Amino acid sequence: MAGYKGNGINPSHFDRGQIKIYIILLPLAIFMLFPLVFIFCHAFKPATELFAFPPKFYVVNPTLGNFSAMFKSAANAGIPMSKYVFNSILVTFVVCFAGIVISTMAAFALSKMKFKLRGVVFQINQAALMFVAAAVLIPRYLIISGLGMVDTYWAHILPLIAMPVSLFLIKQFVDGVPDALIEAASIDGASPFRIYRSVILPLVKPAIATGIILAFQQCWGYLDSSNNFINTESKKTLAFYMNTLANANNMVQGQGVAAAASLIMFIPNLILFIYLQKDVMNTMAHSGIK
Amino acid sequence: MKTGKKYPFLFLLPYGALFVVFIILPIIVAIGLSFTDFNTIQFPNFVGFTNYINIATQDSIFMQYVLPNTVTYALIVGPGGYCLAFLLAWAIAQLTRIPRTILALIFYSPSLTAGTAMAVLWKIIFSGDESGYLNAVLINLGVINEPIAWLSTAAYILPIMIIVGLWSSMGVGFLAILAGIMNSDEELYEAGAIDGIKNRFQQMIYITIPTMKSQMLFAAVMAIVNTFNNGTIGVQLTGTNPTPGYAGQLIVNHIDDYGFLRYEMGYAAALSVVLLLIIALFSKIANKLFAEKE
Repeated sequence: MAGYKGNGINPSHFDRGQIKIYIILLPLAIFMLFPLVFIFCHAFKPATELFAFPPKFYVVNPTLGNFSAMFKSAANAGIPMSKYVFNSILVTFVVCFAGIVISTMAAFALSKMKFKLRGVVFQINQAALMFVAAAVLIPRYLIISGLGMVDTYWAHILPLIAMPVSLFLIKQFVDGVPDALIEAASIDGASPFRIYRSVILPLVKPAIATGIILAFQQCWGYLDSSNNFINTESKKTLAFYMNTLANANNMVQGQGVAAAASLIMFIPNLILFIYLQKDVMNTMAHSGIK
Repeated sequence: MKTGKKYPFLFLLPYGALFVVFIILPIIVAIGLSFTDFNTIQFPNFVGFTNYINIATQDSIFMQYVLPNTVTYALIVGPGGYCLAFLLAWAIAQLTRIPRTILALIFYSPSLTAGTAMAVLWKIIFSGDESGYLNAVLINLGVINEPIAWLSTAAYILPIMIIVGLWSSMGVGFLAILAGIMNSDEELYEAGAIDGIKNRFQQMIYITIPTMKSQMLFAAVMAIVNTFNNGTIGVQLTGTNPTPGYAGQLIVNHIDDYGFLRYEMGYAAALSVVLLLIIALFSKIANKLFAEKE
């Protein structure tokens, strides 16, 4: 194997062979990053710079004016922004928490318990990975109205809790927990609930973190429920309010407020991902569909 | 673990109940309604395949704009975004840890907000007057003399949607591919070198892709779903449904148009079923390409 110089993957230090990769990737990275930097700058621009002609990309005198204008416009509309924030946090928290509980439970059953329909149930869930909620918005509306949940918080929460991707990823991760561990706990007299809580949950933390991120991403920006299932303004979510700001006026002052609104929707996602990215990569290593 | 019948049922029940009510049942209802003339007011009548026949023969907007737009958008953003995700993941896997993590974050972060919140950003960049950023840059460079109304000119809407779609397409699938490459088995590459694999490109084709087919399939499914979930981007960018000249109209918008604007729910349901079938077809192709043969 005279010519073998390693597979080049995950090198421990820099060598000249990597330069060409950087040359190709840097323009792409700039293209991907540019809109994010732009919105960041835009959100902090004072009116004079928003109106500036020709428009400038970067911000010279950053100000929080757009953010305070955003809070004011909510107060003027009669509903303080804290109400939307509260709704969003409540809904997102419940969706993430309940989603993780039911997905880990189902994953435990599908991975470690032997029963007849196990394979079929897993196949159905795997097929549901390609479920596109936007396609069945109308039937979902009919079901929610049939259950009497229109204009309640349930309409925000219940449709989002069962996430096939989340169950799929957690189940693949539970597969990696050694059976011997579960047998041992079982012989020591632990009930399945006890095994779930004391053996499975602590060992699949990376998959749980990934599930939380996916649920958070989906829920934090979810508009369908506020747009279609909720009539009372004070029960709608921050995503909805931010979206109305973004669409309300295309005037230049409105742009600053809209940029600030977008930034507020984006930043929590980014922070959560940076914080949990190691766990996510760890989970993704088990993501294969066989 | 042997548990008897009670425990698997108990553990699956909460997920299963919500899964059936909010995922399976809506699909069944959509299929059921697609054979009726439901309009939200009168009791629905059974009309057989009329809605489907109308889609194929009467709905000239669907055939002329919506279907071609959807196919163009889906083929470029789906497979295109997928190939891009693979190539980017493969490239950054060859870098040292810290630059790799930073670049992965840069490529992944646009997908975090999945279109909606970012529509405003693209609106500002593509704004139609001379204070629009793209117009200002192009006028400065002398490429154009008059500002272009990007988002209300039919010819530009679909290309802009595709750019935005590609920009936000490095999602979960990208991370799965990256993880797959990072965890590939070093010994296989050594064996490959003995068998005469000379360069990184051959490594990619003969070793990397075959050994991580299952991750490639997962990423493909995610790419397809992402593409169709972002299907409302045209309406968000232009702010109107239908989009100007139907230029950015995708099936999802057409469903909303009939369902929530005209209340022709039966017809909208038939369109939903058509969309689900298109998605299933895409997944079938992905399965053919990447499923591990027994």
